[in-house]
Amino acid sequence: MASTIGILSLQGDVAEHCRAIEELGARALQIKYSKQIDEVDGLIIPGGESTTIAKLTADNPDLIFDRIRAFIDLGKPVYGTCMGSIFLAKEIEGSAQGRLAAMDIKVRRNAFGPQRYSFETDLDIPLLGSQPVPAVFIRGPVILSAGINVTVMAHVDANVGKITKTSNPVEIDESVTSYIVMARQKNLLVSSFHPELTDDLRVHAYFLKMVEESKSAFTTAQPQFAIV
Amino acid sequence: MAVETKETGRGDIRTGSEKVKKALPKMLKGGVIMDVVNAEQAKIAEAAGAVAVMALERVPADIRAEGGVSRMSDPELVAKIIESVSIPVMAKARIGHFVEAQILQSLGVDCIDESEVLTPADEEYHIDKSKFDIPFVCGARNLGEALRRIGEGAAMIRTKGEAGTGDVVEAVRHARAILGEIRMLSIMPREELMSYAKKIGAPFELVLKVAEEGKLPVVNFAAGGIATPADAALMMQIGVEGVFVGSGIFKSGNPEKRALAIVKATTFFQDPQVLAEVSRNLGEPMVGRTAASLAVTETLATRGW
Repeated sequence: MASTIGILSLQGDVAEHCRAIEELGARALQIKYSKQIDEVDGLIIPGGESTTIAKLTADNPDLIFDRIRAFIDLGKPVYGTCMGSIFLAKEIEGSAQGRLAAMDIKVRRNAFGPQRYSFETDLDIPLLGSQPVPAVFIRGPVILSAGINVTVMAHVDANVGKITKTSNPVEIDESVTSYIVMARQKNLLVSSFHPELTDDLRVHAYFLKMVEESKSAFTTAQPQFAIV
Repeated sequence: MAVETKETGRGDIRTGSEKVKKALPKMLKGGVIMDVVNAEQAKIAEAAGAVAVMALERVPADIRAEGGVSRMSDPELVAKIIESVSIPVMAKARIGHFVEAQILQSLGVDCIDESEVLTPADEEYHIDKSKFDIPFVCGARNLGEALRRIGEGAAMIRTKGEAGTGDVVEAVRHARAILGEIRMLSIMPREELMSYAKKIGAPFELVLKVAEEGKLPVVNFAAGGIATPADAALMMQIGVEGVFVGSGIFKSGNPEKRALAIVKATTFFQDPQVLAEVSRNLGEPMVGRTAASLAVTETLATRGW
């Protein structure tokens, strides 16, 4: 049976993720309430504003924040793009804003400066094949450091930030040659960029594969539910 | 098109492309953009969950009350607001005033509103927005106006409504006009599309695109007169993708509470229970005046074409 992917629909580019998921033959379900999470096999946290999503999940009698945490703890796959990667991170540089703190990464918000320095480029992502993947960064974050249990999947040249004269008050470390912009930690996948804005669906296909694998792992672990 | 290309080992870096400009408003969907006149208000807006702030010297209600020529805000004020928040900052340039737009872009604002709320600098021509590296949002009252602005390079459309009134009726009129015309286009036989493009004064290619896709090719928000959570939810249910709130928040009795209530109402726009909850005890709304009571010379929506 086709997988059902929930798209957290409190704010952000929800329709773009739905399109990508549906084009790949899976079912997309827009999620606004905690009880809907029971219906999905995987969850996407879209692009948007991380302070907005923090407010809407924390200041919410529906406890959707706790339900997403429990979903992650169960080992269910979650993919965060841009804002989603910030929301999943353990550490956000210089900010105490709300977050799921599920993934062992430290992120820098808006790492390239204001919108005029947002950019598109092509990234090498060896796990997705030899052809470069088109990537759109919109006031995007970068991953400054990742724990040993995190697999780094893609980098962007640190010169991009320097080229674009980052307006961030933090100091630029000249010894850094590249920033991490895509990574995985077991059931968690994050990207600083927005594959949902391009026609190349390999990142979403990779996430759907994670979801398929997770479903079969759950079936194996609970043989009483297997169809005889 | 000002596309900066830089060779790196991993491919070109392209800033300011049409794709990059149209992408920013997509990240704001389902959110509320709030007018603020200083850094303190900007922080309140951010803490309440605004997706962006619009930096300006006077909110539309004050522009109405005080009169005079209304121009781009002092760059010092815009810069201070940019420093005070992490969310995107927008600012307004006068219709046709491309030099104000150049200044705002150099200050590092994330998006420019070519706005009828300010006194127009050009009564014939709007800004050529395709020349800029950052996105523009423009007001529109109907589909023809929206498509003309998109043709000039706008990356986002908002209804004009009637700013500074606290009366939502014009925003409703404009949203219904735009969305209704899109619905009509999507069932119109192809041979009628050219005449329709001529009739509404819109670029034919964009009319074709809207007819095929059944939606505008850019993000579409509501603006102009939204003052309550119910107003925001009304606009969302009518079919826009997010809202601008101008005078409605900081001209009300309890801005913090009202700002958060409007943010929640924009997310849970289809949930009357949430709407009832967030609408309780908000204090005094902005006083407002009915759009119908304005003299023709007082209307802002008729600025621009």
